[in-house]
Amino acid sequence: MKILLKGGLVIDPSQGLEAALDLLIEEGRIKALGKDLPGEGARILSCHGLIVAPGFIDMHVHFREPGEEWKETIATGSLAAVAGGFTAVACMPNTRPPNDNAEVTRYILKKAKEANLCHVYPVACITKGQKGESLTEFGDLKEAGAVAVSDDGRPVPEAALMRLALEYAKNFDLPVISHAEDLSLARGGHVNEGLASAKLGLRGIPVEGEAIAIFREIMLAELTRTPVHIAHVSSKLGVELIRWAKEKGLPVTAETAPHYFTLTEEATLGYHTNAKVNPPLRSEADRQAVEEAIAEGVIDVIATDHAPHSPLEKFCEFERAAFGLVGLETALPLGLNLVRRGVISLSRLVELFSCAPARILKVPGGTLKEGARADVTVFDREATWLVSEETLHSKSKNSPFLGWEMRGQAVYTIVAGRLVYQRGKA
Amino acid sequence: MEFRHHHILDISALTPEDISYILETAANLKEILTRPIPKVPTLRGKLVAHLFFEPSTRTRLSFERAAKILSADVFNFTARMSSVEKGETLLDTVLNLKAMGVDLFVIRHSMAGAPHFIAQVAGTRVINAGDGFHAHPTQALLDLLTVKEKKGTLAGLKVAIIGDIRHSRVAHSGICGFKKMGAEVYVSGPATMLPSARETLGAKVCYRLEEALQGADVVMALRVQKERHGKDLFPSLREYARQFGINAERLALAKPDCLLMHPGPVNWGVELHPELENDPRSVILEQVTNGVAVRMALLVLLLGGTA
Ligand SMILES: [Zn+2]
Repeated sequence: MKILLKGGLVIDPSQGLEAALDLLIEEGRIKALGKDLPGEGARILSCHGLIVAPGFIDMHVHFREPGEEWKETIATGSLAAVAGGFTAVACMPNTRPPNDNAEVTRYILKKAKEANLCHVYPVACITKGQKGESLTEFGDLKEAGAVAVSDDGRPVPEAALMRLALEYAKNFDLPVISHAEDLSLARGGHVNEGLASAKLGLRGIPVEGEAIAIFREIMLAELTRTPVHIAHVSSKLGVELIRWAKEKGLPVTAETAPHYFTLTEEATLGYHTNAKVNPPLRSEADRQAVEEAIAEGVIDVIATDHAPHSPLEKFCEFERAAFGLVGLETALPLGLNLVRRGVISLSRLVELFSCAPARILKVPGGTLKEGARADVTVFDREATWLVSEETLHSKSKNSPFLGWEMRGQAVYTIVAGRLVYQRGKA
Repeated sequence: MEFRHHHILDISALTPEDISYILETAANLKEILTRPIPKVPTLRGKLVAHLFFEPSTRTRLSFERAAKILSADVFNFTARMSSVEKGETLLDTVLNLKAMGVDLFVIRHSMAGAPHFIAQVAGTRVINAGDGFHAHPTQALLDLLTVKEKKGTLAGLKVAIIGDIRHSRVAHSGICGFKKMGAEVYVSGPATMLPSARETLGAKVCYRLEEALQGADVVMALRVQKERHGKDLFPSLREYARQFGINAERLALAKPDCLLMHPGPVNWGVELHPELENDPRSVILEQVTNGVAVRMALLVLLLGGTA
């Protein structure tokens, strides 16, 4: 099957490219990139006025399968991913049972193959049962298809155990992703400590808890000389520590999520459970610091931390409500807001969504070079649409952006040379 | 004046004019309590449900008394959280009771925001009778009524609140209410229980008890609980009583005509010294009476009867 993407603005930071070019895809690979490519025998997709970018990779999603299929399945999550313009996702291991052995990893890959939409990269647990006690079989998990390890949803409680994980990961070249949270400070908390906790009368989660945990991971990266990736950075203090680590030349990378540069703790006032997320939405100063860190390159990746929950977990008392929000389908327009606000360039946005996660996870993608696997995201920067329960493809609708008008939308999502999503035809 | 609120969830949603209006209404209704037969037909045919998910005899009885004086019918639903955990959600409970014709829910819940959730889903009137650490608006209103009656005004008074401020809905609503009415609020107690550095509630935080008490018009002690989330917030009740308990000597720092208040029930010998039990400055029992009057006022204002 041949596809010719005609007349789009191709933005590929991996080749320093930003030009109006045609892109020819053949047998699942990028065949050619050039002006006025011939389209004989190809399906021609008009991309005039659209951006053509290497496929977006969301390195932090929760697809809930196995175990909580009422919230999301790998099939529904994959559909939300491609509708949001993502050609690949890395799914976190806090399923039921957790992905702490090769059998679960293989199950996830089997379900992903059945869904047959985007690439699904399983992230395996660092510790058995995510209990924070002993390491999982990294070798076995990698052979089964895991691309990284993380206990996401929970931190690895002890520095000594995290040290072992970082050391052992070296044998298998497995990236280690840290959910950086000091549980003794965060436990019992529901919102940011500060305005939100004071106004809502809820126990707060202080930013210092995140900072203490990030500092520990930085020290362990120094001790073990192993890369560590910090998930969902939400605070100014966290950003400052990562900046300092990078200046020291330590192998630390970091991601944030669109809600941390878009919303503040104000969104929780009125007990809005869709804005209950961990780490919590922070102050305006934190939001600004996260935005600046994206611009500076202190934060490498935008990932969504897509965390679906049904009304059973969200339509209830705030204290009882689960943490998390769905993000796959709103990430692109919220990212484009950064471009519109002059924080970053469009090409930097593509780097954050595509090149950087590919590099950190060591998976294919992040490029449109000839011969590369044809994972391509084509999007419309300007198209406006309303976030509603009807427009979201995810099985769960727990978005704090319901009712918002978004600007920017995926038009064609191409995975390994196959058109898996087309705007208005899902 | 027209009362435009459908719910009483939080003092912060009320304007000073709303509060004055509620206090006036309560002061007028209070007369009924002194009648030989304290019963009026104002809310005949209305159904008020008291949903108490946390043990609280006093507040519940106070609401019940208020509703019955006004001739409303009353449901009392007391549930231990554990029985609710067994499967019936708060939403189920509320929708079931609503289906039986409830006009107004009075709700006490250990989780902050639970009454707000009910207000959003029930389509009835809701009064918050205390939610987690968050708010206890009827307590704040009865405190304001008590002080207003005794002092004639609220503006310009110095109010000292002593004890566990951080985990107290009484303190949260109290600070908000007194400040709205123009009083100045000082808080003191063990620093582990004072508002954290980032959680200013608008009260002046004093690490020395004397600073808060000095020249105060109102001294309010709160009931203390030693443990929160499995951690002791102060070393012993003995130390609390010695360092932070209100006794005659400490009360002498306040104005001679100060009011001594407590939301009850009092741990005598901990937050208040037993020597103050019959002190003329104490208005603790007036607070209880005013609690009934304030709750009558809110029921009338929300259910649209004529006062
Ligand atoms: Zn996490």
